[in-house]
Amino acid sequence: MSDESPPALRLKGVRKRFPGANQDAVQALDLAIPRGAIVSLIGPSGCGKTTTLRMINRLIEPTGGRIELEGTDVTDVDATELRRGIGYVIQQVGLFPHRTIGANIGTVPRALGWDKRRIAERTDELVDLVGLERDMLPRYPDQLSGGQQQRVGVARALAADPPVLLMDEPFGAVDPIVRGRLQDELLALQERVHKTIVLVTHDLDEALKLSDRIALLNVGGVLEQFASPDELLRAPASSFVERFIGGGRSMRRLGLTTLAAVTPHRGSVVSVDATPQQARAAMDEFRTDWVGLTDDDDRFLGWVARASVADGVALDTLERHEPAATVTPDDTLATALETIMNSRTLVAVVREGERFLGVVTLEQIHAELGALRDAGDAAA
Amino acid sequence: MSALVHAVDALRVPLPLAQGVTENNPIIRWSYLTEQSDRIIQALVQHVQLTVGAVSIGLALSMVLAGIGLRYRWTMGPITGTTAVLYTIPSVAFFGVLVPYTGSSATTALIPLVCFTLLILVTNIVDGFRAVPRPVKEAAEGMGLSPTSRVLTVELPIATPYIINGLRIATVTTVGLVTVAAIIGYGGLGRLILDGLRRGFWTPLTIGAALSILLAIVLDLAFFLLGRALTPWSRSVRTGRSGDHGEAGDDADAGSDPAGAARPVTAGA
Repeated sequence: MSDESPPALRLKGVRKRFPGANQDAVQALDLAIPRGAIVSLIGPSGCGKTTTLRMINRLIEPTGGRIELEGTDVTDVDATELRRGIGYVIQQVGLFPHRTIGANIGTVPRALGWDKRRIAERTDELVDLVGLERDMLPRYPDQLSGGQQQRVGVARALAADPPVLLMDEPFGAVDPIVRGRLQDELLALQERVHKTIVLVTHDLDEALKLSDRIALLNVGGVLEQFASPDELLRAPASSFVERFIGGGRSMRRLGLTTLAAVTPHRGSVVSVDATPQQARAAMDEFRTDWVGLTDDDDRFLGWVARASVADGVALDTLERHEPAATVTPDDTLATALETIMNSRTLVAVVREGERFLGVVTLEQIHAELGALRDAGDAAA
Repeated sequence: MSALVHAVDALRVPLPLAQGVTENNPIIRWSYLTEQSDRIIQALVQHVQLTVGAVSIGLALSMVLAGIGLRYRWTMGPITGTTAVLYTIPSVAFFGVLVPYTGSSATTALIPLVCFTLLILVTNIVDGFRAVPRPVKEAAEGMGLSPTSRVLTVELPIATPYIINGLRIATVTTVGLVTVAAIIGYGGLGRLILDGLRRGFWTPLTIGAALSILLAIVLDLAFFLLGRALTPWSRSVRTGRSGDHGEAGDDADAGSDPAGAARPVTAGA
């Protein structure tokens, strides 16, 4: 989603007034959806987020304005043709109960007149892609769980490889555990397919987790802010945005930032070959009663207590405590915080595989939050 | 008109059958089956023809009426109202009233028979199409299926079990009503029954009634089997998830573990 490439989807002054309504459901909405990005439409009920989504594939015809898909006005194309080129996933999935899973997935390719072999190959490919078993293909939707049905829904939407995917509260009908898993799967899937995804949700945490950019709409389809999740939390553009996000902004930001963004420092850790003096120096420097030991391959061996470090006694002969608090660079700051709180040493060891990268402390997380806050203040 | 008067006269005379089954007039005289086999077969064939004809025409008309009603909502009331009124007309009167216009013909027999199927068929077809879940319709539209293919390949198959049910009821009802058309000379097996009544002779009455019942059962079974053949998905093993479309579903092995999948995830039930 580089900024120089033209957006995959552009809304220009899009307006919708439903027959008989005395005000616009959506009024003059401008939005540029970058290619390959996941963009969430979020807002209170009545904000026109679903209406906006459904105008993109013309399930609802706009009253005014333009919607351009790859530069072409969607109203210039036959609605049926248009929709075949746009994946569509809805909350209740809407699988065809009378068709097998395989036939459901092959719906659009069949409408496009693909030959049977090509459809079969594509179906197999998609089943693998969304993490289902091929032996499910001859089954009927009623035989699948909600989570499995939703995966089939995504596979069906991707069948003809459309560049754009519209998702209307796709994970709203499954329980929280399955929802979390499906969200992770969507992100993993996106890594592979790089679709332009427009997602409607009412769940801020879902939007924060999945989106590259979030469009926060107010009642009547007024765009309050269009920004990255981090920016939305850091610098709410209006008091409405602030109220919508509510409390816990800092904690939510911790959940967005991974440890990769924080430079772990070596902390009170020395090589197992170091001298007791060096170990004490490290503990003094970081004011700890513990020192960590690493071997020649940079593997973390464990902690030893200050009390047990004595002159003339090699460090590798001392009693070691395995680190209970270990995180990876892919973990979020929120996870690191949780891990540190549960550790006796009040530090978390950052490891990538077996390799020791450093430690992360409460102070570091606090400093990171401070940086986030300062940046927010600066922007505000 | 004469046939009608004749038939009604026949019904008015004191019936010798009141004497019940006697040695000379047994419930069935088996030799009749061979002696009158042509007549019996002819009656049966006519019965089948009238039934199939009436139900086929009724189905075609009902599809059109249901289509209009579903498309233009305001017409639904008048359509069901009219078909309901037609349904309430006493069958004997309906057949009789047409004789001055269409004579003693197959048309006269078919018109009431067709009319009697409409209420059942229209309501079942409408119910069937209304049973198509909204998300299914929305998905079909959102994926770019044309209106025609949405109706033919998505909505019609889902409505099929309802339509088959309507056909079963309409057919069984029609098989019974065809016998009444005997009063205008077009009753299929009803003519055997009427003949038996007129002559105070049990055998044709018994044969006519028995074959009529048998025909109803056979046709009903045929539609039942047709329905099963057309709706393989409704026979698939359910795993505790009926058509409620994505109520919180457990993700673990729903396909192979009915007990596990049936476990309620949310409170209730």
